Amino acid sequence: MPMKAIEIEDLLLKVFPDAIIKIDDLRGDGDHYAAYIESKKFLGKTKVQQHQMVYNALEGRMGNELHALALNTSTPKNGD
Amino acid sequence: MIDNIKNKIENLINNSDVMLFMKGTPSMPQCGFSAAVVGVLNHLGVKFDTVNVLQDQEIREGIKEFSNWPTIPQLYVKKEFIGGCDIIREMHENGELSDYLDEKGIKVN
Repeated sequence: MPMKAIEIEDLLLKVFPDAIIKIDDLRGDGDHYAAYIESKKFLGKTKVQQHQMVYNALEGRMGNELHALALNTSTPKNGD
Repeated sequence: MIDNIKNKIENLINNSDVMLFMKGTPSMPQCGFSAAVVGVLNHLGVKFDTVNVLQDQEIREGIKEFSNWPTIPQLYVKKEFIGGCDIIREMHENGELSDYLDEKGIKVN
């Protein structure tokens, strides 16, 4: 059962309440999204660790209900 | 994960400087994300080995648990997990990937 963008955003906000999140529906099939997430929680983490944090926030849906999620994680520019 | 699968994966990773777990083969990738990583490695002129996870269900699932990473492709350099398609693409775009490979003693164009 594919996912809605809002479902992804809700799951992410639960783990990254400070985050600025943008989700693009790449194909309109609920299965292929791109997500841009900026959060202080990524500070000091490697890219792999940042993406693993996002996958964990999605509670196992990545690779199952959610086939493709192009991820772009970043930390706030001025580190505030 | 059963030991023999873990050993199988470890052997594959330990016996190659650059190992890509992918869907399909470099000449016949079966997924856009796998094709993208192959493209980056070819563009950099890196010598790499691959495992077609579509031909081994044990590895296809085992590798995800091994690296705590839910998707394929997965790139390993000198036994270390570097990332999937997004990370490799991002590192390549900002020049980080060729620097990293240089640092690890991997020949790059």
